[in-house]
Amino acid sequence: MTLPVTYPIVLSLILFSIGVLGVLTRRNAIIIFMSVELMLNAVNLAFVAFARQFGSVDGQVIVFFVMTLAAAEVAVGLAIIVALFRNKNTLNVDEIHLLKN
Amino acid sequence: MANFLFWIFSALAIAAALTVVINKNPVYSALSLVVTLFSLASIFVLLEAYFLAALEILVYAGAIMVLFLFVIMLLNLKREETPPPYMKVQVALGIFVAILFIVFAALSLKMGFSDVIAQSVPGTANFGDISQVGKVLFSKYFFPFEVASLLLLVALIGTVYLAKRRLT
Repeated sequence: MTLPVTYPIVLSLILFSIGVLGVLTRRNAIIIFMSVELMLNAVNLAFVAFARQFGSVDGQVIVFFVMTLAAAEVAVGLAIIVALFRNKNTLNVDEIHLLKN
Repeated sequence: MANFLFWIFSALAIAAALTVVINKNPVYSALSLVVTLFSLASIFVLLEAYFLAALEILVYAGAIMVLFLFVIMLLNLKREETPPPYMKVQVALGIFVAILFIVFAALSLKMGFSDVIAQSVPGTANFGDISQVGKVLFSKYFFPFEVASLLLLVALIGTVYLAKRRLT
């Protein structure tokens, strides 16, 4: 009695799309960041589902690396956000255009 | 039973994920993201990846989300003001792109997926065994593992440098 592999894949698809929606429609840098985390988690779910289907441990190891990467990314990203907020006093990504002009 | 639990946790995950995107208050968004992560961890348990389920809760819900909440409270973020008029176009486009992505991915799933499943071997009995993961991690993936530790060190130094108050 196991889950068919299609169910977790479809769930991962839906979660990834919600993450895309968040990145495209929100203007708050922190919420955009959280949507990126959501997308990473959706991909993790797809990895685990396929690893389960193929009976391979490699997929789990890849998910482990993705989690390490996400931790490093969050630390640096939040430091950038704090530095930006200190200089610009806003987190609206439409008002942050240092590289424009 | 596994199917029933899967439906419950996936519905919870999708609802919480939508709350993350829709909610105006960043603190509520962060807390909904924690709910999503917990439901994903439960789904990992259903898929017999026990080690990853524990890691998901420890690393994501435990460490990363605390960092998020800490920064949100540090910056004292308020609710967003009413969005500017051009945002309506942007939101419509965003929803359109997300739906398009779902449609195309569903099409590709439908077209080329059954062959893959037919070829696959059924899952081995000790798939969720943590010692299996450890063996592969420290033999086949030993070099990436060391590189990951270097990455964490670089992230540590970079974070301290970026968050340091400039004296000039």
